[in-house]
Amino acid sequence: METSAPLAITPELLLFGGIATAAAMAAVGVVAFNNAVRSALCLVINFFLLAFIYFTLQAETLGIIQIVVYTGAIMVLFLFVIMLLNLGGSGLLQQKGDKRMPVAIALGVVLFGLIASQLLPGLMSVTKPLAPDNFGAPQNVGRALFTQYVIPFEAVSVLLLVGIVGSILLAKRRI
Amino acid sequence: MPEWFANLPPVVQALIRVLIFVLPVLLLVPGAIWYERRLLSWAQDRIGPNRVGNITFSRRGKYIPSFLKGKKFHLFGLIQPIADGIKLFMKEDITPTAVDRPIYFIAPALALFPAFTLGATIPWGPFTWLTPVADVNIGILWIIAVSSLGVYGVVLSGYASNNKYSLLGGLRASAQLISYELGMGMALACIVMATGSLRPTDIVAAQQEPLWGVVPALANWNIFTPYGFIAAIIFFICMVAETNRAPFDLPEAENELVAGYHTEYSSMKFAVFFMGEYAAMMVYGGILATVFFGGYHLLPVRWDWIIQQYPASNFIAGFFRDVDYWLSPLTFIFKGVLVLTAYIWLRATMPRLRYDQLMALGWKTLLPLATTNLIVVALWIVAARVYGPPVGILSAVVAFAILYGLWRGLDKAFSPPKAFLAPRSITLVNVPKPTPAPAPESEVAPSA
Repeated sequence: METSAPLAITPELLLFGGIATAAAMAAVGVVAFNNAVRSALCLVINFFLLAFIYFTLQAETLGIIQIVVYTGAIMVLFLFVIMLLNLGGSGLLQQKGDKRMPVAIALGVVLFGLIASQLLPGLMSVTKPLAPDNFGAPQNVGRALFTQYVIPFEAVSVLLLVGIVGSILLAKRRI
Repeated sequence: MPEWFANLPPVVQALIRVLIFVLPVLLLVPGAIWYERRLLSWAQDRIGPNRVGNITFSRRGKYIPSFLKGKKFHLFGLIQPIADGIKLFMKEDITPTAVDRPIYFIAPALALFPAFTLGATIPWGPFTWLTPVADVNIGILWIIAVSSLGVYGVVLSGYASNNKYSLLGGLRASAQLISYELGMGMALACIVMATGSLRPTDIVAAQQEPLWGVVPALANWNIFTPYGFIAAIIFFICMVAETNRAPFDLPEAENELVAGYHTEYSSMKFAVFFMGEYAAMMVYGGILATVFFGGYHLLPVRWDWIIQQYPASNFIAGFFRDVDYWLSPLTFIFKGVLVLTAYIWLRATMPRLRYDQLMALGWKTLLPLATTNLIVVALWIVAARVYGPPVGILSAVVAFAILYGLWRGLDKAFSPPKAFLAPRSITLVNVPKPTPAPAPESEVAPSA
């Protein structure tokens, strides 16, 4: 394994570094803020930046659908619910000193180290996107969805339908 | 692409493309405000702003050249938006004490962001090196994605203002925008299916094909096809709802919510909301023109085919073709202004919708209609491929008629009968209740 090779700084790597750092900071913000709306906003930023990471990996369809579905629809519903429930009280999410906290942090670091030790060596040498051109073009994604993965794709649509029917059943007693 | 442009670094090229799109939008915002105020006042039988910028020179002034003495100059109030801007700048910028500060300051910027990024994939002319900013193969999805971000500015300003009216406005906006995005996406999906591409430049090119695949002299603008006509109407309604304009301006309904989500904003921060709204209106007009009205082409006529078929008409047809080519940015702006006029006309004509009417229109009318339209487009594609274009168009019309009839019939069969002027929340005093219809003469013999 040639992990000792000097890391070549390419524009792709710089772009990735910038976006990934910002996304990671936003992810930390999600759990660090005491205010529910700010946490949700950090999640919005994280989802938005994740879409740009997809763009740099030639997966533009996935990226734009990430923005449409997560940033544009699901997070708006999150904000909607938070605002309706009025979780604005800043003390609500304040955590008091907890003796289990150091143990949890230690275990978390160990888990993180384990995952990183398995994943990082393979990824260290990658400095630019390896996907071919048009890898994530809408035409190719659509063709794959409707030929190779047609059964999982349709199964997911049935799952969504079941979800909708179930939520209507729960929300409306009399139909 | 000229030599000097190709030699520039790609970042500078992109910057030029961005500026050449954003600057005209920015510069046209004051013009749009003036246009709206004049047109609205004309519709309401009053004069409107016509004074600012009028100069009348004195008849006897010492320092006035003789040829100007007593002369009057009319500018039709065109300077009014600049006066408005100065007024907004000079106003005291009040930040209420109990606001959520960072979010309160970010929200206007978030409201402005989608208005300027929305047009990134829209071509305003046949000059491929200048426009669009990014000719990506997800252009239509980009429009849907960015327009779905427009809700954040409204919702966050409503939340951060710490004002119950603002919050109500923000909540209304989020529900409204999510509802109308669906119809909008469906309407665009129809055109994407008919074109077979998500690239706006491809959609414009496809609209230069022969009309319905039959009439070679005319261009196949999407508005002239049966499914495109329906999709255009749906898209236009959803577009008005997405920009929070009358009759869908519930988030800022001033008789219920003071000023809705921007109640607590003053001075320039309010002006930014205002500017974002007008910029979004114009950019949406450009999108409507691109997707349904043939983009930057002036007339739905295929001049190339005419020249090729009738070389004698080369002088006139060639002239028109050159006009079509060189004046394309003006054509594009002209189409945008037409859409702007429709916006203002709507505002002058329609009363604001009630909240349940808004939801019913979005979910029970536009969404089923758009879905039906999607089925019709699919049928048209199959029929046109198998039996040729004329059968395709005919089958699309027939399929639409059948599906519409089915939908109305089912709607009528399953919906409860409408009550006669059912009172909603007001109880009228001293008004006799509508007596129920007399029971039909029963067959049961009177018991006596």
